[in-house]
Amino acid sequence: MAKPNKNTLLDWYRQMVLIRRFEERCAEIYQQGLIGGFLHLYIGQEATGVGTVAALRENDHIITTYRDHGIALAKGLDPKAVMAEMMGKKTGVSGGKGGSMHLASRDHNFWGGHAIVGGHLPIAAGIALKARYNDEDEVTVCMMGDGATNIGYFHESLNLSAVWDLPVVWLVENNQYGMGTAVERASAADHMVLKARGYQNSRGEGIKEGPRLDGMDVMAVYEGISEAIDYASKNGPILVESLTYRLEGHSMGDPQRYRTKDEVEEYSAKGPIGRFRQYLTENYKNIESDLDKIDGDAVEAVNEAVAFAESSPDPTMDDLISNVYAD
Amino acid sequence: MADRPITIREALSSALREEMHRDESVFIMGEEVGVWGGTFAVTRGFLDEFGEKRVRDTPIAEMVIAGSAVGAAMAGLRPVAEIMTINFAFVAMDAIVNLAAKMRYMFDGQFKVPLVIRTTTGGGKQLGATHSHAPEVIFAHFPGLYVAVPGTAYDAKGMLKAAIRDDNPVLFVEHSTMLQRRSPVPADDYVLPIGKSDIKRKGDDVTIVTYQKGLEWSMDAAEELAKEGIEAEVIDLRWLRPLDLEPVFESFKKTNRAVVVEESLPMFNVGAEVAAQITNECFDWMDAPVQRVAAMDIPLPYSREIELAALPSPAKIIKAVKEIV
Ligand SMILES: Cc1ncc(C[n+]2csc(CCOP(=O)(O)OP(=O)(O)O)c2C)c(N)n1
Ligand SMILES: [Mg+2]
Repeated sequence: MAKPNKNTLLDWYRQMVLIRRFEERCAEIYQQGLIGGFLHLYIGQEATGVGTVAALRENDHIITTYRDHGIALAKGLDPKAVMAEMMGKKTGVSGGKGGSMHLASRDHNFWGGHAIVGGHLPIAAGIALKARYNDEDEVTVCMMGDGATNIGYFHESLNLSAVWDLPVVWLVENNQYGMGTAVERASAADHMVLKARGYQNSRGEGIKEGPRLDGMDVMAVYEGISEAIDYASKNGPILVESLTYRLEGHSMGDPQRYRTKDEVEEYSAKGPIGRFRQYLTENYKNIESDLDKIDGDAVEAVNEAVAFAESSPDPTMDDLISNVYAD
Repeated sequence: MADRPITIREALSSALREEMHRDESVFIMGEEVGVWGGTFAVTRGFLDEFGEKRVRDTPIAEMVIAGSAVGAAMAGLRPVAEIMTINFAFVAMDAIVNLAAKMRYMFDGQFKVPLVIRTTTGGGKQLGATHSHAPEVIFAHFPGLYVAVPGTAYDAKGMLKAAIRDDNPVLFVEHSTMLQRRSPVPADDYVLPIGKSDIKRKGDDVTIVTYQKGLEWSMDAAEELAKEGIEAEVIDLRWLRPLDLEPVFESFKKTNRAVVVEESLPMFNVGAEVAAQITNECFDWMDAPVQRVAAMDIPLPYSREIELAALPSPAKIIKAVKEIV
């Protein structure tokens, strides 16, 4: 694991701020009717996404849920093409056919946002199987929500990854709720990493019970996921949890009856971006101007993305019927 | 080389074996495919021949069998995943429908899914309701997926090879009571086109549209009908998707009558689709309503005689033909 230098840290800050501004703007234009369908914001969880993506080695793979905008941006997809997908435009990363929940870029080894809870877990196992089959050192990081640990796909996929010794980092982004249901109301295990124990033999081999990371600290996530990737590459599957918090509703229009305003404010006060900014200013002299510039650039990048998306064409009738099958 | 009669089981085995020799990225996975040799003995000897890497026994976990095969296919392998019987494919419905069939379209062509899911279908074996379905038509509902339903050894071999070489997901359905049926198969490599039906018997009086077990019943019925001077043209669909009805329309324009025969349940089935399309395409040639022969609209029972009574039969087909000829 390379120790991040100042430039790297600034780049993480840049990504986190870009995601935040991007998401805020998405919420705004959703209200204006420019984005349709469901919209799941990543606000509050930026450190988990950015730290995780930073830990990936060049040939590693990442796959996630419908809460995927942050991963797409951290992975380096063009914000213009991501915003265009939000608006259902032909220039979107998925040609306007996937929408906000189905961003992907094969070129970036980003295997998508997936909208059936748990549905992408077996896909992650399959991608990892390819690496095993071809004897390639590639780890697949599979992100999921806490709620996804309760569905059958979770059990079948984790079990198979242990039996077949697949190089997967199973990463539970524990934002404490699945829609409106708090973790302890839906899951017998309160700590997600405990679930690794069901996939170990009596000698403790199988899925390694990984750490519970502070998902609001990008550096802690980076370190923890880097170690997990190293472990998976050398040994096999590992289950890691990142403790985080979703500061907005589950999706747009969530009345949030399941939690108090106080609770949200408490987490908001210790949000990942403010905290990281504080760390940077305390540890690097005269960094404020760099940070301020990054803040300004993020707004600029989002403005450009929206302008690009708005001026992009809709998919055509030809696009409507293309790519159902490979030729 | 001369054609040699082999069983459907042998045809499937040799197609798999030849494709695995041809292409290193082809591998098989599923319950009991390895040590056991395949529940229906299709992969007997494969573990010794190809080793554990390419002949992978799985847990009893259909969601991840189908789902991980989708992932492996997206990543560049060519999995042939086996779901022991189609009854258990219901457990993997999401993986087949939402993962396999939609992955390409939803991301606008960024991924391809060169996947074959082999499974067996069919009732009539006294296994009770949960194990006695022929529900392949359900899977034909979904664009993005192909559904193969071979009825002869020759077709089974050529179609399985086509399915393995194609870059799209194929649900490859084999009939569990037909694995011992023999027909001549060339020793040389051959591949049949995807989505082409086949005229299995020529005739001028009525068109019988069918597949798989229905093909067997229909051919028997056609022999009986011939004794009474009624010549049935029997068209084997071979694929439910892509569905190739051109030969059906052509035949119908000659016979002006059709019976659709299948083992699946009678509502929302192949017969409904084919009858509707014939009505649209051949209305001016129509001398009688299209007849449909399918299983009775009940879960299948265990007891032998009543189970068989619920399934189609040559006698039921003959009766349906006589309604309109
Ligand atoms: C199989 C399935 N059931 C239900 C849903 C509806 N649904 C979408 S997101 C969600 C909550 C998931 O919670 P979690 O896994 O914790 O992820 P988070 O949204 O918190 O990121 C539900 C129930 C779905 N998409 N798929
Ligand atoms: Mg959650």
